[in-house]
Amino acid sequence: MTHQLKDGGQVLNVGMLARVEGEGGMHIEIKDRKVVSVKLNIFEPPRFYEGFLRGRKYTEPPDITARICGICPVAYQSASTEAMETICGVTTTAEIQLMRRLLYCGEWIESHSLHIFMLHAPDFLGYDSVLEMAKDHADVVNMALRLKKAGNDVMELVGGRAIHPVNVKVGGFYRMPTLTELEGLKPDLERGLEDALAAVQLVSTFDFPEMEQDYNYVSLRHPDWYPLERGTEIVATSGVRFPVAQVGEHIKEFHVEHSNALHASFDGEKYFVGPLARYSLNFDQLSPRCQEAALKAGLGETCRNPFKSIIVRTVELAYAFEEALRIIDLWTDGHAPSVPVAPRAGEGIGASEAPRGTIWHRYKIDADGVILDAQIVPPTSQNQASIEADLRLAAEQWVDLDDHTLSHRCETAIRNYDPCISCATHFLDLRIKRS
Amino acid sequence: MTDPGTTTPAHTHEGADGSHTHGDADASQAPTAPARPKLAVWKFASCDGCQLSLLNCEDELLSIAGAVHIAYFPEATRAVVEGPYELSLVEGSITTPEDVKRIHEIRAQSGTLVTIGACATAGGIQALRNWADVDEYRSIVYAHPEYLSTLDTSTGIASHVDVDYELRGCPVDKSQLVEVLAAFLGGRKPRIPTYSVCVECKLKGNVCVPIASGQPCLGPVTQAGCGALCPSYGRGCYGCFGPQDSTNTDSLTHQLRKLGMRWDDIVRVYRTFNAGAPEFEAASNKVAAGGAS
Repeated sequence: MTHQLKDGGQVLNVGMLARVEGEGGMHIEIKDRKVVSVKLNIFEPPRFYEGFLRGRKYTEPPDITARICGICPVAYQSASTEAMETICGVTTTAEIQLMRRLLYCGEWIESHSLHIFMLHAPDFLGYDSVLEMAKDHADVVNMALRLKKAGNDVMELVGGRAIHPVNVKVGGFYRMPTLTELEGLKPDLERGLEDALAAVQLVSTFDFPEMEQDYNYVSLRHPDWYPLERGTEIVATSGVRFPVAQVGEHIKEFHVEHSNALHASFDGEKYFVGPLARYSLNFDQLSPRCQEAALKAGLGETCRNPFKSIIVRTVELAYAFEEALRIIDLWTDGHAPSVPVAPRAGEGIGASEAPRGTIWHRYKIDADGVILDAQIVPPTSQNQASIEADLRLAAEQWVDLDDHTLSHRCETAIRNYDPCISCATHFLDLRIKRS
Repeated sequence: MTDPGTTTPAHTHEGADGSHTHGDADASQAPTAPARPKLAVWKFASCDGCQLSLLNCEDELLSIAGAVHIAYFPEATRAVVEGPYELSLVEGSITTPEDVKRIHEIRAQSGTLVTIGACATAGGIQALRNWADVDEYRSIVYAHPEYLSTLDTSTGIASHVDVDYELRGCPVDKSQLVEVLAAFLGGRKPRIPTYSVCVECKLKGNVCVPIASGQPCLGPVTQAGCGALCPSYGRGCYGCFGPQDSTNTDSLTHQLRKLGMRWDDIVRVYRTFNAGAPEFEAASNKVAAGGAS
């Protein structure tokens, strides 16, 4: 909604952002064709996860923290299991790691398909929703539903359920799927890979506004593969890199009045996590086929136009299908589903790449495995400052567009991030001193 | 908390650029066709998982969109059609003073109101605050707790307004969601089982987890609906569908003690995703007070 102010100023206000996960709005104030203020307003009510995790057992975070988000529960399960295993000094087997990566592929496929086609594509094709889009683009929507279902099928088999999987525990899984069960997924995954590669070309034909910023991208990095369920270090466009365990020294959270989600800074500055960051910092780790598809779609080895995140996400979608097939082809039966994890007092961090960016958990437990302290840092809160910077630039760059077009373009700029607002509203930084 | 009142359609005109009439186009072109009932999907404190269950109905989604007019569903569409709505699906629990007002407004403009999932039905995992000092939570989590407006409790929707039907689960089961929609359209009661997870285990031929492996299992007191997922994966049920109609939690508490569980562990088992459901709340309080079995 646009208001004209008495003093000649103008306010673009979207009370309720649509086609994002969770509840938030935006508020942009313009005066004399200058942007006076920009706010991403997250009013999703807080749920206090870090509060009630205290006093729970070290085995519980995979089930409890999954409930932070219905769209990316595996991200929470992976980061929390890794943190607890780190604290307890346990290394799982290569097979458990592979199965975690396969489950994570399922989540990437489900979440990326949802965002690309159902939440984001309608912006580029001029519809309010995927359901309207279906009237004119039935083939695309049917393909999208098929792709998303293939991801959910992986989550249901490996995780036991597509939303809030039940098969994940500290130390591994309750039950390993069999090779026969996994092979049953292959026809849909093979078709999904072909569809996703075609979709990369399809989304590259969308009309993208010209907008670039010199973002400081931040992502996990692993020496052997594209970062997904884990990484060994955190890297940034600025050249800074450090082991995951040191993340708390570089990333600090702080609380601003207009948002129920904490903001964060990286070495004191705003930064950007998510598909654009992963891609730009790990292009060399993508498969040759995905690299080729990306270049053919007009992407460079880095991408600084946030509106093109939809292409990058689709490249990652294809990669997740390819990885899922690779893991199933490697699989053999007979591996133990988990390793025992006995508690010991300590503190540790686990990190993974949620579909919308790096997530990390830090826990402190006592010798009986009781959680003394928990900190959960999801991607959307880390990106709030970048989202606001994009909104400011968009409003400045397109200030002469009519109100409706400008407002819609600003909404699209927010959806570029696939923000997960429920995730973002439950932060903790005990290191902030209150007066 | 900044103006969450804007989330009710009466105030939400962002899509009011003409786009909000798209969904009506069919009806206006086919005046003889019966009007599709208007569906609204609302969210309170929650993870979006139950709404996502609707979008996860990949095989049925386009049919559902053909049978009902999706009039308000911000997760899926920018278009907003004004109420009243024949059917409202409500996800999430009530945790703020503004949301207490908002659920009354929603009730007033809804013909049938169905809660979807454990948060809307029993307050969800965030109902753990009901046993805690929320001021302490606030200051643990937030540097500036004065910026927040929140209640001391997280409660289900029926604690505030009349509810026509409650669909259990954390998350809901999507086939049950489709059944509730089909029942609404057919003007009949939904066929949702009210027996325990144990029955589903027997139907599936699962080995009884607590008997075979000594793991705690809430199956005997939990309503069916998931297809006995956890026992099928070799772990005990953790009660995400909440208490079945008639439960005997004292008996289960006794069995959990026989499995060697400590009292505080039993309290935590009852206090998870349906901690605020009356039967689980009472059982956990009884154990916490040291009074059970």
